[in-house]
Amino acid sequence: MSSKAVSAAYATRLGDNALVLGQRLIELVAASPELEEELANANFSLDYIGQARMFYTYAGECEGAGRTEDDFAFLRPEHEYHNLLLVEQPNGHFGDSTVRAVLFESWYVLLLEALTRCADEGLAAIAERAVKEVRYHLRHSSQWLIRLGDGTEESHVRAQASLDNLWRFTGEMFVADELDGVMLNEFEGPDLAAIETQWRKNVAAIVAEARLELPGDQWMASGGKQGKHTEHFGFLLAEMQYLQRAYPGAEW
Amino acid sequence: MYESDQILEWLSQVPDPEIPVLTITDLGIVRDVDCSNGVTVSLTPTYSGCPATEAIEASVVAALEDRGVSDVRIKRVLSPAWTTDWITEDGRKKLRVYGIAPPERRDRPVACPRCDSSNTEVVSEFGSTACKASYRCVDCLEPFEYFKCL
Repeated sequence: MSSKAVSAAYATRLGDNALVLGQRLIELVAASPELEEELANANFSLDYIGQARMFYTYAGECEGAGRTEDDFAFLRPEHEYHNLLLVEQPNGHFGDSTVRAVLFESWYVLLLEALTRCADEGLAAIAERAVKEVRYHLRHSSQWLIRLGDGTEESHVRAQASLDNLWRFTGEMFVADELDGVMLNEFEGPDLAAIETQWRKNVAAIVAEARLELPGDQWMASGGKQGKHTEHFGFLLAEMQYLQRAYPGAEW
Repeated sequence: MYESDQILEWLSQVPDPEIPVLTITDLGIVRDVDCSNGVTVSLTPTYSGCPATEAIEASVVAALEDRGVSDVRIKRVLSPAWTTDWITEDGRKKLRVYGIAPPERRDRPVACPRCDSSNTEVVSEFGSTACKASYRCVDCLEPFEYFKCL
């Protein structure tokens, strides 16, 4: 793999995480429990879509085949998306979305911090921009988890169930594949083993403050980075891509 | 051939589309003007998903074309990332007069833009745009927006 191809593939993968989570949050627009939360959610979604645009634009430049951000977002089939399974999980109830955000953003912040120091200047620049936003998101999502876990009996029980249910999607965040290895060894990129140690510590602290139980070791789902998705993903993509599929090249 | 000072002077009249009391130079997003081959303006986006990014780029091109500069290019610079520290002192004053509390350093309290009291509280960390939070003054009861520190 040439170094440009590595950059393109890695940027696409990061763009996929950001776009898919951004699309999930768009599904929540006008469904938040209160107005302030509505604004927060819409802002998060905008940040993620914005990050996806930067990653895809950069991937297109590195690839050099003339693909635009829109081509990446709207014209690729399911198996060409290499996002984590966690971000494609349905919104569920507010506790589910909150737990998903805490688990993903705790990882994403560490990954972006590491990327700001990598040898790929394009990725480092995007990471520098994005990490500031995601730190803010994580502060918000972890505060909510603490309120839910340490709230009423009902909110506690439901937040614990969300945590137990989504935990199995956290394993693949730390399983380095070939591309992760190249990023680490040739581009001084993120070290997923080091990130796992820090992630466990940070998540354990939030979960403890929320008076929730950390789930034990268990079977972990994987496949996102290889394009093998959970059953929910096709529906998300179908809705997101509908317009471009039905009216190819449509613009406004 | 144009002088970059002249171009900057023209750019300092281009308003931000979301907070029109501020110009793009008040915001500190104009990073460089290069007049060596046509005119290349380097801009740094504020937030990744800021919907104003494209509008700002278009208004820069329009502002320069209105003054007869035909060969305008926009360069997006991501690094170093934009920070609210780049908002000029003049820009901060304009924000306050407009009713938006300008960004403060972490250890400093947010002052009410109406009565200047520091006795204020957060209503929500999120406001009408990605860059603002909602606050309330406990003394004069004014609800106001705070331009978040980034």
